[in-house]
Amino acid sequence: MARDASAKSESQENAISGQDTTDSADLVHVPSGELADERPNARITDVDDWGRSEQMRVLARRVYDPIYRRWFRVEWEGLEKIPTDGGALLVANHAAAIPSDAPAIMHGIETELERPVYGLADNIFRSMPVIGTMWSRLGGLPAHPDNAYRLLSEQNQLVLVFPEGSKGPAKPFHRRYQLGRFGRGGFVEIAMRSGVPVIPIAAVGPEESMPTLFQMKGLAKSLGLPYAPVTANMLAMGPLGILGYFPAKFKLKVLDPVNFDVPPDRERYSRFKVMEYSEAIREQIQQALYEMLRNRESVWFG
Amino acid sequence: MARKKHSQADVAGEVNQSGETPAGTGTPAESKPVGTPDKKPAKSSDVSAGNHPNKRVLVTGLGSFWGGRVAQALEADPAIEVIVGLDTVEPSVELERTEYVRVDANYSILARIVKATQVDTIVHSFLVVDPTQMSAKAMHEINVIGTMNLFAAASAPGSSVRNVLLKSSTAVYGCAPEDPVWFTEDTPRTRAPHRSIEKNLNAVEGYVGDFAEDNPHVNVTTMRFSNVIGDEIETPLTRVLKLPVVPSLLGFDPRFQFVHEDDVTRAILFALQNRLPGTYNVAGDGLLPWTEVAAICGKRTVPLPPFGTSLMAPGLRALGVDLPDEYMSLLKYGRGVDNRKLKDAGFRYEYTSAQAVQAFIERTRLKDIMAGGTEYKYERDVEQFFRQSPAVIRDSDG
Repeated sequence: MARDASAKSESQENAISGQDTTDSADLVHVPSGELADERPNARITDVDDWGRSEQMRVLARRVYDPIYRRWFRVEWEGLEKIPTDGGALLVANHAAAIPSDAPAIMHGIETELERPVYGLADNIFRSMPVIGTMWSRLGGLPAHPDNAYRLLSEQNQLVLVFPEGSKGPAKPFHRRYQLGRFGRGGFVEIAMRSGVPVIPIAAVGPEESMPTLFQMKGLAKSLGLPYAPVTANMLAMGPLGILGYFPAKFKLKVLDPVNFDVPPDRERYSRFKVMEYSEAIREQIQQALYEMLRNRESVWFG
Repeated sequence: MARKKHSQADVAGEVNQSGETPAGTGTPAESKPVGTPDKKPAKSSDVSAGNHPNKRVLVTGLGSFWGGRVAQALEADPAIEVIVGLDTVEPSVELERTEYVRVDANYSILARIVKATQVDTIVHSFLVVDPTQMSAKAMHEINVIGTMNLFAAASAPGSSVRNVLLKSSTAVYGCAPEDPVWFTEDTPRTRAPHRSIEKNLNAVEGYVGDFAEDNPHVNVTTMRFSNVIGDEIETPLTRVLKLPVVPSLLGFDPRFQFVHEDDVTRAILFALQNRLPGTYNVAGDGLLPWTEVAAICGKRTVPLPPFGTSLMAPGLRALGVDLPDEYMSLLKYGRGVDNRKLKDAGFRYEYTSAQAVQAFIERTRLKDIMAGGTEYKYERDVEQFFRQSPAVIRDSDG
């Protein structure tokens, strides 16, 4: 209502300003009274509110598509459980020294459902030259609750988060598909506050695409990185193995969305409820992984 | 959504208490709804005259760009009876009825001035947020001690002050990789401040909080301005954007937010007029990658090594690139603030971030061509002579 009032007096003001622009000119430099939405938009690029650029995504999709289809041969199950509109928090298990799951999930949803996915991740990316900028243009954001709330609740977007954080990719190969702790349940709290469902995704394949043999803790510490692994890829391919993945078959399964029976926009939610939901979702993904692994005949062919 | 509505209701409610026209009731034109954007100073007679809650105004930092501009705009409102401006230096803009008082850097005589002039409103635009201007120690003296003295004066027993507006900066949020894309007024910093300017601003805002708590009868507005841009103001960013090529950091393309200098003045006047309570971010819509900022200005960026920037600083300064530490981290991570609280209070921006940059560069280009022309430079003594000397023959109607 306040807006209506302002719009009304706005037009009055414009009407008046037509007459006396001349005598006001020498006082303070007074702008013409033209407002931001009436002026031509001066933007040059399509980088959005979050640093994501659709043009860059198009380019990335073109480059990544062969890897997605030919190398990992990604197969989805239950993709229809992801809504085509409205916000939702996608939650998945996290694996591979350089996580191969995030690009696959984002690419799959963007090509199949034709809606953007924003990935929340550790801010370590942001302090790396080139990588940080690329990451941001391709839809990556620092995992700050304010970012998640605004995207989910106000802009009804899809947001992808890995609650295990860097503990997922850092774990050694012999603990593959064993889910780590889901942080402090922050993702549940954010979904509750934003009033959106959590949609769990179980991913089989990424663990074998770049298995970690052991960690070089000293090196990680001196470089300020969360972890510095020696991967099987490095042994098999040499320097190429730093970035080169093994062609493991990816299977992604979307599980039943979890809705919360709490009102949105609360400052705080019951710790008990948050942890209960967080544990239930972790268990849901863990059980789905076990089931998928039971049925998997080959790491490379699924 | 619900959260947003809630804050809107809050603002309207509090504005009502301060004796303003109720917001959002679709009031007819004769009363000024809260939702009205600010009047242009020159034609204040039409709606806002006589309705202005502030009659006697004290402006600190009159010599600064903002202080001068705000005083100019206030002068145009006949409802404002007295405008007193303080600074250590002469005002640089043309002022007609503002009374200028020269003070020392930390405003030690402020209490006497407030008592003597019985001002009801203080506009504190004296804070220095550009660290290239002076040493950290001098900045501390002005920002922290000056503000302390200001609040001491305003909270003296029997003080006439009812409205205080503080011009702060979004630098209070800091700049770090873990920052959210948009800071709201309530988002805490992600890292403790370690730079002198951020420490200053945090201390100052701390005093503001204390003052507001101890003096509930005084309305306190804190305005945090984003990167101000315009052809008249000079900041480290406008200086680098005027260079033939624009420096950047290799591999980083952070996003910047700008607010046009005209919107800054308008926002201050809007907040004064409506006695907005609390803290407000003031920044144009949208964030621009630094390369896009340069492109709008029609310039190329020259990447500097992203590490060891403090070692390069002396060499860069010699080349005309004077970017203090704060700006180097902005060139890495950028900063965005949520401007919706002020919009919800009824303010409308004239420029988005991109439009502000565009307007800046267009007027700067024109100015470069017109440079060397016979532009009159304001001299207070000369104007004083014309206005007051018996030697000058004036028209009877003045």
